[in-house]
Amino acid sequence: MTDAEIISLINDSLVEEFELESSAMVSEAEIFADLGLDSLDIVDMVVILEGAFGVKIRDDESLREIRTLGDIHHFIIQKKCEKAAS
Amino acid sequence: MRRVAVTGMGAVSPFGRGLNELVGGIVAGRSAIVVHDKLADYGGLRTRLAALVTGVDGKEIARNKRRSMSSQSIFAVLAAGEALNQAVLPEIEYGSGRYGVVLGTTISSLETSESFFADHFRDKSFSRMKTSLFFKTMNHSAAANVAQYFGLEGRLLAPAAACATGCQALGYAYEMIVSGAQDAMLCGGTEEFHPLSAATFDLMNAASFSYNDRPSEASRPFDRQRDGVVCGEGAGVLVLEEWQSAQARGAEILAEIIGFATLTETGSIAEPSSAAMQRCMALALVDAGVEAEEIDYINAHATATEKGDIAEAQALYGLFGDRVPVSSLKGHLGHTLAASGGLETIATIEMMRRGELWPTRNLSEIDPRCQGPQIFTETKKCKPKLALKNNFALGGVNCSLVIRASQ
Repeated sequence: MTDAEIISLINDSLVEEFELESSAMVSEAEIFADLGLDSLDIVDMVVILEGAFGVKIRDDESLREIRTLGDIHHFIIQKKCEKAAS
Repeated sequence: MRRVAVTGMGAVSPFGRGLNELVGGIVAGRSAIVVHDKLADYGGLRTRLAALVTGVDGKEIARNKRRSMSSQSIFAVLAAGEALNQAVLPEIEYGSGRYGVVLGTTISSLETSESFFADHFRDKSFSRMKTSLFFKTMNHSAAANVAQYFGLEGRLLAPAAACATGCQALGYAYEMIVSGAQDAMLCGGTEEFHPLSAATFDLMNAASFSYNDRPSEASRPFDRQRDGVVCGEGAGVLVLEEWQSAQARGAEILAEIIGFATLTETGSIAEPSSAAMQRCMALALVDAGVEAEEIDYINAHATATEKGDIAEAQALYGLFGDRVPVSSLKGHLGHTLAASGGLETIATIEMMRRGELWPTRNLSEIDPRCQGPQIFTETKKCKPKLALKNNFALGGVNCSLVIRASQ
Protein backbone atom coordinates (compact mmCIF):
# COMPACT_ATOMS: atom_id res chain seq x y z
CA MET A 1 0.00 0.00 0.00
CA THR A 2 1.49 3.35 -0.98
CA ASP A 3 1.40 6.39 1.30
CA ALA A 4 -1.09 8.00 -1.06
CA GLU A 5 -3.33 4.95 -0.88
CA ILE A 6 -3.15 4.98 2.91
CA ILE A 7 -4.07 8.68 3.02
CA SER A 8 -6.92 8.09 0.63
CA LEU A 9 -8.29 5.19 2.66
CA ILE A 10 -8.05 7.18 5.90
CA ASN A 11 -9.88 10.11 4.36
CA ASP A 12 -12.57 7.96 2.77
CA SER A 13 -13.13 6.06 6.02
CA LEU A 14 -13.47 9.24 8.08
CA VAL A 15 -15.69 10.93 5.47
CA GLU A 16 -18.04 7.99 5.54
CA GLU A 17 -18.09 7.46 9.29
CA PHE A 18 -18.38 11.09 10.34
CA GLU A 19 -20.29 12.42 7.32
CA LEU A 20 -17.51 14.90 6.50
CA GLU A 21 -17.11 16.87 3.29
CA SER A 22 -14.33 15.48 1.11
CA SER A 23 -13.16 19.02 0.50
CA ALA A 24 -12.50 19.42 4.23
CA MET A 25 -10.00 16.55 4.25
CA VAL A 26 -6.81 18.59 4.06
CA SER A 27 -3.69 17.73 6.06
CA GLU A 28 -3.76 20.88 8.16
CA ALA A 29 -7.42 20.41 9.21
CA GLU A 30 -7.63 20.26 12.99
CA ILE A 31 -9.64 17.28 14.15
CA PHE A 32 -11.68 19.08 16.77
CA ALA A 33 -11.87 22.64 15.52
CA ASP A 34 -12.10 22.06 11.77
CA LEU A 35 -13.58 18.59 11.36
CA GLY A 36 -15.93 19.03 14.32
CA LEU A 37 -15.14 15.71 15.97
CA ASP A 38 -15.19 15.22 19.75
CA SER A 39 -13.81 12.77 22.27
CA LEU A 40 -16.47 10.11 21.56
CA ASP A 41 -15.69 10.39 17.85
CA ILE A 42 -12.01 9.86 18.54
CA VAL A 43 -12.79 6.57 20.28
CA ASP A 44 -14.79 5.49 17.22
CA MET A 45 -12.11 6.80 14.87
CA VAL A 46 -9.60 4.45 16.46
CA VAL A 47 -12.01 1.53 15.89
CA ILE A 48 -12.46 2.57 12.26
CA LEU A 49 -8.73 2.92 11.60
CA GLU A 50 -7.89 -0.35 13.33
CA GLY A 51 -10.47 -2.07 11.14
CA ALA A 52 -9.34 -0.40 7.93
CA PHE A 53 -5.62 -1.06 8.39
CA GLY A 54 -5.45 -4.14 10.61
CA VAL A 55 -3.30 -2.37 13.21
CA LYS A 56 -3.70 -2.05 16.98
CA ILE A 57 -3.41 1.60 17.99
CA ARG A 58 -5.81 2.00 20.89
CA ASP A 59 -3.13 1.89 23.60
CA ASP A 60 -0.50 3.81 21.64
CA GLU A 61 0.78 6.78 23.64
CA SER A 62 1.46 8.85 20.53
CA LEU A 63 -2.27 8.89 19.73
CA ARG A 64 -2.58 11.65 22.29
CA GLU A 65 -0.28 13.88 20.24
CA ILE A 66 -2.55 13.88 17.24
CA ARG A 67 -4.04 17.29 16.43
CA THR A 68 -4.57 17.40 12.67
CA LEU A 69 -5.66 15.11 9.88
CA GLY A 70 -2.05 15.17 8.69
CA ASP A 71 -0.99 13.82 12.09
CA ILE A 72 -3.37 10.89 11.56
CA HIS A 73 -1.92 10.25 8.10
CA HIS A 74 1.64 10.21 9.48
CA PHE A 75 0.67 8.11 12.46
CA ILE A 76 -0.99 5.39 10.37
CA ILE A 77 1.75 5.40 7.73
CA GLN A 78 4.28 4.87 10.52
CA LYS A 79 2.19 2.11 12.06
CA LYS A 80 1.94 0.35 8.70
CA CYS A 81 5.71 0.60 8.31
CA GLU A 82 6.30 -0.82 11.78
CA LYS A 83 3.91 -3.66 11.03
CA ALA A 84 5.60 -4.39 7.72
CA ALA A 85 9.04 -4.34 9.41
CA SER A 86 7.96 -6.75 12.11
CA MET B 1 -54.70 21.67 42.93
CA ARG B 2 -52.44 22.23 39.95
CA ARG B 3 -54.11 21.53 36.62
CA VAL B 4 -52.40 20.16 33.52
CA ALA B 5 -52.81 21.64 30.05
CA VAL B 6 -51.83 20.05 26.76
CA THR B 7 -50.10 22.78 24.77
CA GLY B 8 -48.24 20.84 22.11
CA MET B 9 -48.58 17.66 20.07
CA GLY B 10 -46.23 16.00 17.61
CA ALA B 11 -46.49 12.82 15.59
CA VAL B 12 -44.44 10.52 13.45
CA SER B 13 -46.81 7.78 12.36
CA PRO B 14 -47.25 5.14 9.68
CA PHE B 15 -49.13 7.87 7.81
CA GLY B 16 -45.95 9.95 7.72
CA ARG B 17 -44.42 12.81 9.56
CA GLY B 18 -46.50 15.31 11.44
CA LEU B 19 -49.87 15.79 13.03
CA ASN B 20 -51.52 16.67 9.71
CA GLU B 21 -50.46 13.41 8.12
CA LEU B 22 -51.73 11.43 11.10
CA VAL B 23 -55.08 13.18 11.22
CA GLY B 24 -55.42 13.30 7.43
CA GLY B 25 -54.92 9.55 7.15
CA ILE B 26 -57.48 8.77 9.83
CA VAL B 27 -60.07 11.27 8.59
CA ALA B 28 -59.74 9.87 5.07
CA GLY B 29 -60.30 6.39 6.50
CA ARG B 30 -57.07 5.09 5.04
CA SER B 31 -55.06 2.09 6.18
CA ALA B 32 -51.35 2.52 6.88
CA ILE B 33 -50.75 -1.22 6.81
CA VAL B 34 -48.55 -2.66 4.07
CA VAL B 35 -46.99 -5.93 3.01
CA HIS B 36 -43.47 -5.80 4.41
CA ASP B 37 -41.53 -8.01 1.99
CA LYS B 38 -38.58 -8.36 4.37
CA LEU B 39 -40.72 -10.51 6.66
CA ALA B 40 -40.72 -13.26 4.04
CA ASP B 41 -37.02 -13.78 4.79
CA TYR B 42 -37.75 -15.08 8.27
CA GLY B 43 -38.62 -18.67 9.00
CA GLY B 44 -41.39 -19.45 11.44
CA LEU B 45 -43.20 -16.18 10.84
CA ARG B 46 -46.69 -16.20 9.37
CA THR B 47 -47.48 -12.52 9.18
CA ARG B 48 -46.15 -10.38 6.32
CA LEU B 49 -47.79 -7.17 7.51
CA ALA B 50 -46.53 -4.02 9.19
CA ALA B 51 -47.38 -0.35 9.58
CA LEU B 52 -44.12 1.39 8.81
CA VAL B 53 -43.02 5.00 8.96
CA THR B 54 -42.00 6.37 5.59
CA GLY B 55 -40.87 9.77 4.42
CA VAL B 56 -38.76 10.49 7.49
CA ASP B 57 -35.13 11.41 7.03
CA GLY B 58 -33.10 11.66 10.22
CA LYS B 59 -30.34 13.45 8.34
CA GLU B 60 -31.81 16.79 9.35
CA ILE B 61 -30.52 15.98 12.84
CA ALA B 62 -26.84 16.87 13.05
CA ARG B 63 -24.54 13.85 13.00
CA ASN B 64 -23.05 14.52 16.42
CA LYS B 65 -26.56 14.40 17.90
CA ARG B 66 -27.83 11.61 15.65
CA ARG B 67 -24.92 9.23 16.33
CA SER B 68 -26.58 8.14 19.59
CA MET B 69 -30.00 7.69 18.00
CA SER B 70 -31.62 4.62 16.55
CA SER B 71 -34.84 5.06 14.58
CA GLN B 72 -36.98 5.22 17.68
CA SER B 73 -34.99 8.17 19.01
CA ILE B 74 -35.14 9.90 15.63
CA PHE B 75 -38.91 9.45 15.51
CA ALA B 76 -39.17 10.78 19.07
CA VAL B 77 -36.98 13.81 18.40
CA LEU B 78 -38.96 14.76 15.29
CA ALA B 79 -42.30 14.32 17.05
CA ALA B 80 -41.02 16.24 20.08
CA GLY B 81 -39.81 19.04 17.84
CA GLU B 82 -43.26 19.41 16.34
CA ALA B 83 -44.86 19.40 19.80
CA LEU B 84 -42.43 22.03 21.08
CA ASN B 85 -43.01 24.20 18.01
CA GLN B 86 -46.69 24.18 18.74
CA ALA B 87 -46.32 24.78 22.48
CA VAL B 88 -43.76 27.58 22.13
CA LEU B 89 -42.56 27.01 25.68
CA PRO B 90 -40.23 29.74 26.96
CA GLU B 91 -36.80 28.42 26.01
CA ILE B 92 -35.22 30.18 28.96
CA GLU B 93 -36.91 27.58 31.16
CA TYR B 94 -35.47 24.57 29.32
CA GLY B 95 -32.46 24.53 31.62
CA SER B 96 -34.37 25.39 34.79
CA GLY B 97 -34.77 21.80 35.91
CA ARG B 98 -38.55 22.31 35.86
CA TYR B 99 -39.07 21.01 32.31
CA GLY B 100 -38.54 17.29 31.88
CA VAL B 101 -39.02 14.29 29.63
CA VAL B 102 -41.06 11.13 30.20
CA LEU B 103 -40.75 8.99 27.12
CA GLY B 104 -40.53 5.28 26.71
CA THR B 105 -40.39 2.44 24.28
CA THR B 106 -41.20 -1.26 24.31
CA ILE B 107 -37.65 -2.45 23.99
CA SER B 108 -34.33 -0.81 23.17
CA SER B 109 -33.23 -0.76 19.54
CA LEU B 110 -33.29 -4.37 18.35
CA GLU B 111 -31.94 -3.43 14.94
CA THR B 112 -28.86 -1.94 16.59
CA SER B 113 -28.38 -4.96 18.83
CA GLU B 114 -28.91 -7.38 15.96
CA SER B 115 -26.37 -5.57 13.82
CA PHE B 116 -23.78 -5.55 16.60
CA PHE B 117 -24.18 -9.16 17.64
CA ALA B 118 -24.23 -10.44 14.06
CA ASP B 119 -20.68 -9.13 13.78
CA HIS B 120 -19.64 -9.80 17.37
CA PHE B 121 -20.46 -13.52 17.29
CA ARG B 122 -17.94 -14.08 14.50
CA ASP B 123 -15.14 -14.03 17.08
CA LYS B 124 -16.73 -12.67 20.28
CA SER B 125 -14.51 -9.62 19.98
CA PHE B 126 -15.41 -6.20 21.32
CA SER B 127 -12.68 -4.54 19.27
CA ARG B 128 -15.11 -3.40 16.57
CA MET B 129 -17.65 -1.99 19.01
CA LYS B 130 -18.40 1.71 18.66
CA THR B 131 -19.47 4.14 21.35
CA SER B 132 -22.88 4.61 19.78
CA LEU B 133 -23.89 1.02 20.60
CA PHE B 134 -24.66 1.74 24.23
CA PHE B 135 -26.30 5.10 23.61
CA LYS B 136 -28.62 3.54 21.04
CA THR B 137 -29.53 0.53 23.14
CA MET B 138 -29.73 1.81 26.71
CA ASN B 139 -33.30 1.55 27.95
CA HIS B 140 -33.69 5.32 28.27
CA SER B 141 -32.10 6.02 24.89
CA ALA B 142 -35.06 7.82 23.31
CA ALA B 143 -35.84 9.86 26.43
CA ALA B 144 -32.20 10.82 26.89
CA ASN B 145 -31.74 11.71 23.24
CA VAL B 146 -34.82 13.94 23.31
CA ALA B 147 -33.64 15.69 26.49
CA GLN B 148 -30.14 16.13 25.08
CA TYR B 149 -31.33 17.36 21.73
CA PHE B 150 -33.61 20.05 23.11
CA GLY B 151 -31.63 20.84 26.28
CA LEU B 152 -34.40 19.92 28.70
CA GLU B 153 -32.71 19.58 32.06
CA GLY B 154 -35.51 18.51 34.38
CA ARG B 155 -36.57 15.00 35.29
CA LEU B 156 -35.88 12.16 32.87
CA LEU B 157 -37.96 9.01 33.01
CA ALA B 158 -38.22 6.20 30.49
CA PRO B 159 -41.17 4.04 31.45
CA ALA B 160 -41.39 0.65 29.79
CA ALA B 161 -44.79 -1.01 29.73
CA ALA B 162 -44.92 -2.40 26.19
CA CYS B 163 -48.18 -1.37 24.53
CA ALA B 164 -49.15 0.85 27.48
CA THR B 165 -45.84 2.73 27.54
CA GLY B 166 -47.05 5.91 25.86
CA CYS B 167 -50.19 6.18 27.97
CA GLN B 168 -48.20 5.52 31.12
CA ALA B 169 -45.67 8.19 30.15
CA LEU B 170 -48.46 10.74 29.75
CA GLY B 171 -49.90 9.73 33.11
CA TYR B 172 -46.62 9.94 34.97
CA ALA B 173 -45.86 13.32 33.39
CA TYR B 174 -49.33 14.54 34.40
CA GLU B 175 -48.69 13.40 37.98
CA MET B 176 -45.30 15.11 38.13
CA ILE B 177 -46.90 18.40 37.15
CA VAL B 178 -49.87 17.98 39.52
CA SER B 179 -47.48 17.20 42.38
CA GLY B 180 -45.47 20.34 41.71
CA ALA B 181 -42.26 18.46 40.97
CA GLN B 182 -42.19 19.72 37.38
CA ASP B 183 -43.84 22.53 35.42
CA ALA B 184 -43.77 21.15 31.87
CA MET B 185 -43.07 17.75 30.36
CA LEU B 186 -42.42 16.35 26.93
CA CYS B 187 -44.04 12.95 27.14
CA GLY B 188 -45.19 10.00 25.10
CA GLY B 189 -43.87 6.88 23.47
CA THR B 190 -41.83 5.77 20.49
CA GLU B 191 -41.36 2.52 18.63
CA GLU B 192 -39.22 1.20 15.80
CA PHE B 193 -40.48 -1.87 13.97
CA HIS B 194 -38.45 -5.04 14.21
CA PRO B 195 -39.53 -8.49 12.98
CA LEU B 196 -39.15 -9.79 16.54
CA SER B 197 -42.18 -7.75 17.62
CA ALA B 198 -44.30 -9.30 14.89
CA ALA B 199 -42.88 -12.73 15.70
CA THR B 200 -43.73 -12.33 19.38
CA PHE B 201 -47.39 -11.71 18.61
CA ASP B 202 -47.34 -14.40 15.93
CA LEU B 203 -45.96 -16.92 18.42
CA MET B 204 -48.85 -16.22 20.76
CA ASN B 205 -51.34 -16.53 17.87
CA ALA B 206 -52.08 -12.83 18.20
CA ALA B 207 -50.61 -11.46 14.94
CA SER B 208 -52.74 -11.00 11.83
CA PHE B 209 -51.77 -13.18 8.84
CA SER B 210 -55.06 -14.10 7.18
CA TYR B 211 -54.97 -10.78 5.38
CA ASN B 212 -51.39 -11.00 4.12
CA ASP B 213 -52.70 -10.53 0.57
CA ARG B 214 -55.15 -7.77 1.59
CA PRO B 215 -53.15 -5.54 3.93
CA SER B 216 -55.70 -2.73 4.10
CA GLU B 217 -58.24 -5.19 5.51
CA ALA B 218 -55.92 -6.37 8.28
CA SER B 219 -56.19 -5.14 11.87
CA ARG B 220 -59.93 -5.32 12.56
CA PRO B 221 -60.68 -4.21 16.11
CA PHE B 222 -63.89 -5.72 17.54
CA ASP B 223 -64.68 -7.34 14.17
CA ARG B 224 -65.93 -10.90 13.91
CA GLN B 225 -63.24 -11.70 11.33
CA ARG B 226 -60.33 -10.15 13.23
CA ASP B 227 -57.21 -12.28 13.50
CA GLY B 228 -54.74 -10.24 15.47
CA VAL B 229 -52.34 -7.34 15.71
CA VAL B 230 -50.38 -5.70 12.91
CA CYS B 231 -47.26 -4.22 14.46
CA GLY B 232 -46.33 -0.68 13.59
CA GLU B 233 -43.94 2.08 14.50
CA GLY B 234 -43.82 5.81 15.11
CA ALA B 235 -43.79 8.31 17.94
CA GLY B 236 -46.46 10.36 19.63
CA VAL B 237 -45.22 13.13 21.90
CA LEU B 238 -47.19 15.77 23.82
CA VAL B 239 -46.24 18.83 25.79
CA LEU B 240 -48.00 18.90 29.14
CA GLU B 241 -47.79 22.11 31.10
CA GLU B 242 -49.01 23.51 34.39
CA TRP B 243 -52.31 25.19 33.57
CA GLN B 244 -51.78 28.61 35.12
CA SER B 245 -48.37 29.14 33.56
CA ALA B 246 -49.74 28.10 30.17
CA GLN B 247 -52.62 30.51 30.56
CA ALA B 248 -50.41 33.31 31.85
CA ARG B 249 -48.16 33.18 28.80
CA GLY B 250 -51.13 33.04 26.45
CA ALA B 251 -50.46 29.55 25.15
CA GLU B 252 -53.14 27.82 23.15
CA ILE B 253 -54.52 25.10 25.40
CA LEU B 254 -55.46 22.10 23.29
CA ALA B 255 -56.97 19.98 26.07
CA GLU B 256 -56.60 19.21 29.75
CA ILE B 257 -55.48 15.97 31.36
CA ILE B 258 -57.62 15.52 34.45
CA GLY B 259 -57.17 11.93 35.53
CA PHE B 260 -54.92 8.91 35.26
CA ALA B 261 -54.69 5.41 36.63
CA THR B 262 -52.41 2.48 36.03
CA LEU B 263 -52.48 -0.86 37.75
CA THR B 264 -51.07 -4.33 37.35
CA GLU B 265 -53.10 -7.48 36.99
CA THR B 266 -51.13 -10.36 38.44
CA GLY B 267 -53.24 -13.34 37.41
CA SER B 268 -51.28 -13.72 34.19
CA ILE B 269 -48.39 -11.98 32.47
CA ALA B 270 -50.07 -12.40 29.08
CA GLU B 271 -53.83 -12.77 29.45
CA PRO B 272 -55.95 -9.61 29.41
CA SER B 273 -58.26 -9.18 32.38
CA SER B 274 -61.62 -7.52 31.92
CA ALA B 275 -61.93 -6.93 35.67
CA ALA B 276 -58.54 -5.20 35.85
CA MET B 277 -59.37 -3.03 32.82
CA GLN B 278 -62.65 -1.98 34.41
CA ARG B 279 -60.97 -1.29 37.74
CA CYS B 280 -58.31 0.81 35.99
CA MET B 281 -60.88 2.91 34.13
CA ALA B 282 -62.88 3.38 37.34
CA LEU B 283 -59.78 4.53 39.20
CA ALA B 284 -58.96 7.02 36.45
CA LEU B 285 -62.48 8.45 36.77
CA VAL B 286 -62.02 8.77 40.53
CA ASP B 287 -58.70 10.52 39.98
CA ALA B 288 -60.43 12.90 37.58
CA GLY B 289 -63.32 13.45 39.96
CA VAL B 290 -65.90 12.60 37.30
CA GLU B 291 -68.63 10.00 36.98
CA ALA B 292 -68.86 7.40 34.22
CA GLU B 293 -72.01 9.16 32.99
CA GLU B 294 -69.97 12.26 32.18
CA ILE B 295 -67.64 10.56 29.68
CA ASP B 296 -68.58 11.40 26.08
CA TYR B 297 -66.12 9.28 24.10
CA ILE B 298 -63.74 6.40 24.70
CA ASN B 299 -60.70 5.69 22.58
CA ALA B 300 -60.18 1.99 23.12
CA HIS B 301 -56.94 0.08 23.19
CA ALA B 302 -58.60 -2.66 21.05
CA THR B 303 -55.73 -4.15 19.06
CA ALA B 304 -57.82 -6.70 17.13
CA THR B 305 -56.72 -9.69 19.16
CA GLU B 306 -59.22 -12.40 19.99
CA LYS B 307 -59.07 -12.06 23.75
CA GLY B 308 -58.07 -8.43 24.27
CA ASP B 309 -60.99 -6.95 22.36
CA ILE B 310 -63.53 -9.11 24.19
CA ALA B 311 -62.04 -8.27 27.58
CA GLU B 312 -62.06 -4.54 26.83
CA ALA B 313 -65.59 -4.61 25.40
CA GLN B 314 -66.83 -6.36 28.52
CA ALA B 315 -65.02 -3.89 30.77
CA LEU B 316 -66.44 -0.95 28.83
CA TYR B 317 -69.95 -2.34 29.00
CA GLY B 318 -69.57 -3.04 32.69
CA LEU B 319 -68.66 0.54 33.47
CA PHE B 320 -70.39 2.58 30.78
CA GLY B 321 -73.17 0.35 29.45
CA ASP B 322 -74.09 1.21 25.86
CA ARG B 323 -74.19 4.97 26.40
CA VAL B 324 -70.69 6.10 25.40
CA PRO B 325 -69.35 6.02 21.81
CA VAL B 326 -66.26 3.81 21.53
CA SER B 327 -63.73 3.43 18.73
CA SER B 328 -60.23 2.08 18.14
CA LEU B 329 -57.75 3.60 15.68
CA LYS B 330 -55.72 0.43 15.20
CA GLY B 331 -57.64 -0.44 12.05
CA HIS B 332 -56.01 2.63 10.50
CA LEU B 333 -52.62 2.65 12.19
CA GLY B 334 -52.00 -0.94 13.16
CA HIS B 335 -50.57 -1.30 16.64
CA THR B 336 -47.75 1.16 17.09
CA LEU B 337 -47.03 -0.44 20.49
CA ALA B 338 -45.23 2.04 22.77
CA ALA B 339 -46.16 4.89 20.43
CA SER B 340 -49.85 4.03 20.44
CA GLY B 341 -50.65 5.83 23.68
CA GLY B 342 -49.20 9.09 22.45
CA LEU B 343 -50.48 8.87 18.86
CA GLU B 344 -54.00 7.82 19.85
CA THR B 345 -54.23 10.43 22.61
CA ILE B 346 -53.23 13.07 20.07
CA ALA B 347 -55.93 11.80 17.70
CA THR B 348 -58.47 11.78 20.54
CA ILE B 349 -57.68 15.40 21.36
CA GLU B 350 -58.01 16.28 17.68
CA MET B 351 -61.45 14.63 17.63
CA MET B 352 -62.48 16.70 20.64
CA ARG B 353 -61.23 19.88 19.00
CA ARG B 354 -62.87 19.19 15.64
CA GLY B 355 -66.16 18.00 17.04
CA GLU B 356 -66.22 14.66 15.28
CA LEU B 357 -65.56 11.12 16.40
CA TRP B 358 -63.67 8.82 14.07
CA PRO B 359 -64.88 5.23 13.77
CA THR B 360 -63.02 1.94 13.88
CA ARG B 361 -61.65 1.01 10.47
CA ASN B 362 -62.26 -2.52 9.16
CA LEU B 363 -65.15 -3.09 11.56
CA SER B 364 -67.69 -4.74 9.24
CA GLU B 365 -69.52 -7.03 11.62
CA ILE B 366 -69.06 -6.73 15.32
CA ASP B 367 -68.06 -9.92 17.12
CA PRO B 368 -71.10 -10.98 19.18
CA ARG B 369 -68.72 -11.43 22.10
CA CYS B 370 -67.81 -7.73 21.85
CA GLN B 371 -71.45 -6.65 21.84
CA GLY B 372 -72.59 -4.26 24.52
CA PRO B 373 -70.70 -1.00 24.38
CA GLN B 374 -71.60 1.55 21.71
CA ILE B 375 -68.88 0.71 19.17
CA PHE B 376 -69.74 2.96 16.23
CA THR B 377 -68.80 2.49 12.58
CA GLU B 378 -69.52 5.88 10.99
CA THR B 379 -68.00 9.27 11.77
CA LYS B 380 -70.11 11.02 14.38
CA LYS B 381 -70.58 14.76 14.69
CA CYS B 382 -70.20 15.29 18.39
CA LYS B 383 -68.21 17.63 20.62
CA PRO B 384 -67.12 15.56 23.59
CA LYS B 385 -66.30 17.40 26.77
CA LEU B 386 -64.67 14.41 28.41
CA ALA B 387 -62.86 11.48 26.83
CA LEU B 388 -61.23 8.36 28.20
CA LYS B 389 -58.13 6.81 26.61
CA ASN B 390 -57.18 3.21 27.31
CA ASN B 391 -53.98 1.29 26.73
CA PHE B 392 -53.27 -2.18 28.05
CA ALA B 393 -50.11 -4.24 27.82
CA LEU B 394 -48.48 -7.62 28.14
CA GLY B 395 -47.04 -7.83 31.60
CA GLY B 396 -50.45 -7.16 33.11
CA VAL B 397 -50.22 -3.38 32.77
CA ASN B 398 -53.43 -1.38 32.46
CA CYS B 399 -53.57 2.39 31.87
CA SER B 400 -56.39 4.88 31.49
CA LEU B 401 -56.26 8.62 30.97
CA VAL B 402 -59.11 11.13 31.30
CA ILE B 403 -59.01 14.12 28.96
CA ARG B 404 -61.16 17.26 29.13
CA ALA B 405 -61.78 19.45 26.09
CA SER B 406 -60.18 22.86 26.32
CA GLN B 407 -63.48 24.72 25.90
